[in-house]
Amino acid sequence: MSSPATEIQQERAPLFGKKERAALLDPLSDDNPITVQVLGICSALAVTIQMNRALVMAAAVIAVVCTSNVVISLIRNLIPPSIRIIVQLSVIASLVIVVDQILQAFMYDVAKQLSVFVGLIITNCIIMGRAEAFAMANPPWQSFLDGLGNGLGYGIILVAVAVFRELLGSGSLMGFKVIPQAVYDLGYVNNGLMVLAPGAFILLGLMIWAQRTWTGYAEEA
Amino acid sequence: MEAYISLALKSIFVENILLAYFLGMCSFLAVSKKVETAFGLGLAVIFVLSITAPVNWALNHFFLRAGAMTWLSPSFIDVDLSFLEFITFIAVIAAMVQLVEMVIDKFSPTLYANLGIFLPLIAVNCSILGASLFLVEREYSASESLVFGFSSGVGWALAIVSMAAIRYKLRYSNVPPGLRGLGITMLTTGLMAIAFMAFAGIQL
Repeated sequence: MSSPATEIQQERAPLFGKKERAALLDPLSDDNPITVQVLGICSALAVTIQMNRALVMAAAVIAVVCTSNVVISLIRNLIPPSIRIIVQLSVIASLVIVVDQILQAFMYDVAKQLSVFVGLIITNCIIMGRAEAFAMANPPWQSFLDGLGNGLGYGIILVAVAVFRELLGSGSLMGFKVIPQAVYDLGYVNNGLMVLAPGAFILLGLMIWAQRTWTGYAEEA
Repeated sequence: MEAYISLALKSIFVENILLAYFLGMCSFLAVSKKVETAFGLGLAVIFVLSITAPVNWALNHFFLRAGAMTWLSPSFIDVDLSFLEFITFIAVIAAMVQLVEMVIDKFSPTLYANLGIFLPLIAVNCSILGASLFLVEREYSASESLVFGFSSGVGWALAIVSMAAIRYKLRYSNVPPGLRGLGITMLTTGLMAIAFMAFAGIQL
């Protein structure tokens, strides 16, 4: 079922060309939303005590950023520039309400643990930032890929931080003990600092250092 | 009275909204380069927080939570609008930020010029929405939420001003290239968070 109009559209822009590839892959490393663009740090730190929380949070953010990018891209020519922030906020807030209700219906325990941080997806700068910087100027399909890429880039860092924090802080992964009792018997102790706030700051600082050294990105002063 | 002082001290030092709950990190990292701007943004956050916290409390108490609208008519006992929490709160916050922007523009054009793009960003500062969501979750009363909003703002301002002061000193240090900017700021914030944890032992 392809109407002539969509065929012309596809001739002009290939379904997965260079630009789409860049939109999807750049945010994963070179232009990572957390470590390079410095967006969405708040939730990255708060939900990373356990891996399953980080995974649920990452999935929620990916869902919201993809759909919000598509929706805003679809209505981008109808939004008056002067009130665009409030329009974007209401689109994002409505999507977050949907995600929150779904989480409460199907994953009540995790939703309770994430407490206010599901609601705080609204103010997650990644979503506003992508809506403002990308979806307002690009067609839906590319915006979707950009959202997916940024969501995944965010998720990767989230899960990476969570792996370290859960492994070092509680000796487990996804709630399962992975460090055998024998190691504890030798005198090993869980690092309590990791489950506390300072551990998250320091760990993320170190990861940013590693990632930036790897990609060769450096800030001015 | 004692309970309020204790709540205020707790939200400023022990459970600092930035250092213990990571809220408001984005603007914290972006605006902590100069002490003056940090101070201005801190004041704006205190102001917005002390207005939005009680307003959002009232909205939640009288309209949104389960059975809240019985004061209108007893037949509303089954109405639960709490799912509208997020969108209502963010709308109140966006409106308040607009108001603060106009007030600052009128009375202090220098501060307005300095804060520049970051003023509208208070609307998406997680600490504002976070505080409103916390006061619903912790079931604070009206006066408690005012104290909580104000002192969370003070805590946030304290953190960002001290960070700006530290970064001012850091400018003269030789930091490895990959660690410059964001990296070193995160590590410093971590150390600050440890320092603030020392207050946790204080019983009031």
